[in-house]
Amino acid sequence: MSEALLVEGLHKSFGANEVLRGIDLSVAEHEVVCLIGASGSGKSTLLRCVNLLEPIDVGRIVIEGDEITARGVDVNQVRRRIGIVFQAYNLFPHMRVLRNVTLAPTLTLGKSQAEAAAEAMVLLERFGLSDKWDAYPDSLSGGQQQRVAIVRALAMRPDLMLLDEVTSALDPELVAEVLEVIRELAAGGMTMLIATHEMSFARDIADRICFLDAGVILEQGPPATILSEPSEPRTQQFLQRIIEAGRL
Amino acid sequence: MLIAMASTVVFFTLLFLLITNAPGWPEVKATFFNWDAFKDSFPEVARAFLLNVKMFCIAEVFILIFALMLAVVRSLRGPVFFPLRALGIAYADFFRGVPTILVIALLGFGAPALQLQGIPLSTTFWGIVALVLVYTAYVSEVYRAGIESVHPSQDAAARSLGLTHLQSLRTVVLPQAVRRVIPPLLNDFIGLQKDTALVGFLGAVEAFKQSQIDAAATFNYTPFVAAAVLFVSLTIPLARFTDWLVERDRRSRQATGAR
Repeated sequence: MSEALLVEGLHKSFGANEVLRGIDLSVAEHEVVCLIGASGSGKSTLLRCVNLLEPIDVGRIVIEGDEITARGVDVNQVRRRIGIVFQAYNLFPHMRVLRNVTLAPTLTLGKSQAEAAAEAMVLLERFGLSDKWDAYPDSLSGGQQQRVAIVRALAMRPDLMLLDEVTSALDPELVAEVLEVIRELAAGGMTMLIATHEMSFARDIADRICFLDAGVILEQGPPATILSEPSEPRTQQFLQRIIEAGRL
Repeated sequence: MLIAMASTVVFFTLLFLLITNAPGWPEVKATFFNWDAFKDSFPEVARAFLLNVKMFCIAEVFILIFALMLAVVRSLRGPVFFPLRALGIAYADFFRGVPTILVIALLGFGAPALQLQGIPLSTTFWGIVALVLVYTAYVSEVYRAGIESVHPSQDAAARSLGLTHLQSLRTVVLPQAVRRVIPPLLNDFIGLQKDTALVGFLGAVEAFKQSQIDAAATFNYTPFVAAAVLFVSLTIPLARFTDWLVERDRRSRQATGAR
């Protein structure tokens, strides 16, 4: 059987700083995997590598049987199959919400503006944003902007969604609306790899949690095991600090 | 507000009194600010000014296009594009370094002297070419600053959706970059308007050349003032128009949709 995502022996350095030191990870179809770990442990870099936004040094990444890190692969084709949502939303501020969502489908999938717009409106409706279709991003709340960013990624009908700390930049009262959207995606069977600091959310939604430390996956397993009875001392330390900070 | 107005009035009154009480003022007034000479020369200078308008309108179109192409070439990443990037840098360095008047002289006198079949002989034509070459170098730097001011995360977001580098540049990066550099673009546009006067050096009868001719014929420098009035009367409304455009764009992005 082919995994939705398979990462093998992935290394990535920025100059002398080796951020990923041999990541092995597989994600099955419809599985939701959460990446936890301290800042700088390599969560974001791993997601950016999977989307080929960062070139990798060593290793291979396979999406549904296709090795995307092989030579001669069209990176643009690959990225159309993988949605990514960033911490800072990164919406296009000079475009209205609807155009933000329809840009990629019209440019890269050859859809007509009318067709793309109709599909976009269905998605916006589904996530409670249909009245915002002609707003500019700057006039929306952070939670609304992040939901638009999720819709923008979904409009490409990706096989896999990567979420990079999507609630970290939000005011606390806006976190719930975004997490609700992600829950709905999970319920719909979307395969997701999620970097997050929201431990209770991870416990709820994840099929599996991976603890990253210094560029390797130190420990992984079902949420109950990792969050309640981790076997590695580093994981225990990390969770202890989270609990002391009142985040679990 | 009241203080600002009062101090402005006092300042300019003093300045006015200082100048008009200077010992040489009557003579300066007669040679530079002679109303009759102004009325006589103005129509001719204004007609010649149409050539300036024509030159900068034509030049500006090519400058905006070529400069954008140059800026895009210089933004290309990867070793494959090194020769193109190097050429772009050399071009910008050269034409920003050489005085505009020299480029105009070299092309205006040199190119027709080649006596090549089919090469235009018009001084206006070569004047425009020289202005396009020089200003393309300046304006490409303005565009480049704009491109670099757009946060890399915007490009990353576009690329993550599967857009190619050029698609991202065209739809995401450049529209934001150009909006941000409209004021400095206008700055260079005004510079260009004024530098069209340099083409008079080749013999083309534009506003400055015409006022020189008039001044020489009448021994009165008021025609230069007429030319100055014409230049200013064009740049000031343009500056206000640009301010208005920038402000309108900013407002529309922040206000709409907050319903």
